[in-house]
Amino acid sequence: MSTPASLADPEISRTEPTVAQLFTGFLLLGLIGFGGVLPLARTMVVEQRRWMSGKEFTELLGLCQFLPGGNINNMSVAIGLKFRGPAGALAALLGLIAAPTAIVIGLGILYDHYQDDPHIRHLFAGLAAAAAGLLVAMAVKIALPLRRKPVAIAIALLCFLAIAILRLPLLATMLVLAPISVLASWTLDKGENTP
Amino acid sequence: MTSVLIALALIFTQLSLLAFGGGNTILPEMQRQVVEIHHWMSAQQFGAMFALAQAAPGPNMMIVPLVGWHVASWPGVLVTTLAKFGPSSLLTGIAMQLWERFKDRPWRRTVQAGLVPMTVGLVTASAAVITQASAHEWILAAIVAACAIAASTTRLHPLLLLGFGALVGLSGIGQI
Repeated sequence: MSTPASLADPEISRTEPTVAQLFTGFLLLGLIGFGGVLPLARTMVVEQRRWMSGKEFTELLGLCQFLPGGNINNMSVAIGLKFRGPAGALAALLGLIAAPTAIVIGLGILYDHYQDDPHIRHLFAGLAAAAAGLLVAMAVKIALPLRRKPVAIAIALLCFLAIAILRLPLLATMLVLAPISVLASWTLDKGENTP
Repeated sequence: MTSVLIALALIFTQLSLLAFGGGNTILPEMQRQVVEIHHWMSAQQFGAMFALAQAAPGPNMMIVPLVGWHVASWPGVLVTTLAKFGPSSLLTGIAMQLWERFKDRPWRRTVQAGLVPMTVGLVTASAAVITQASAHEWILAAIVAACAIAASTTRLHPLLLLGFGALVGLSGIGQI
């Protein structure tokens, strides 16, 4: 699919991964990635294994951020597909989620088994509270760039109200709010670009 | 059993296609479906599963196979995993074919920028829903606050903060 122009350039040596390398590469990422796999993925794909350039990586990431789904999940599919077609996509995605799935279910079995033990219950209550705190921090981090955009704040608040307070279905909420949100951003954009 | 698996497949397929802005945007809807509509678990259990998934390595949506396992054992894991990762992966494949054509169009940037406020609203809703499920004692609310502040103002590793929360929890202070 990709015929690297860099073949003529001896400075940059790219190695196209095989299906097995895609699997093992993402397997490793799945095992070592705590709280954010994406930066590690970039290091592995661009710097260590040199499957693609930083620019190509950023471009693929742009596509994955545009689509629904976790960025790293979509990235594994896109990278696998780019080099080895559907087999590569499957190998990369399976590699990424295989080990974490096994680990998380192992933890789930332990939790189910010991959840009546008060110590374990207390431990997990504390863990859950800490995880909630991390999510609060993430919400703050992504909300801050909106602070001088009243329309965006209003849309975010409406969305919060619908989902967290009124507990409305996500599909209906998105069908109503997404077009409004896009339209508002488009109108404001035009306003800013015309003097 | 089959009807449960079909319900799981439908729920997670829909979530897969609605997860604009990443996995954390769909937590409230996931909780609404599995706790409030289907009563497969309590809100507390859902919060605990979210915490387990955060404590494990890998992408952040590992709560998905965990819910599948809790509801319908291994078939549940298979169904939820396929339903969550299948549709968005297919979409990625299709979009890759079209991306060259639409990535430089102005509407692409407009749509992407236009969805940001939605993502902010949804992630904030996730934080509220998960906090509500987790902070049912004063000490737990204090852990939520401490971790939120530490994660926002320091560069401490998330695992360190999860470990801190687990230890304070284990001490049993303020819990019955």
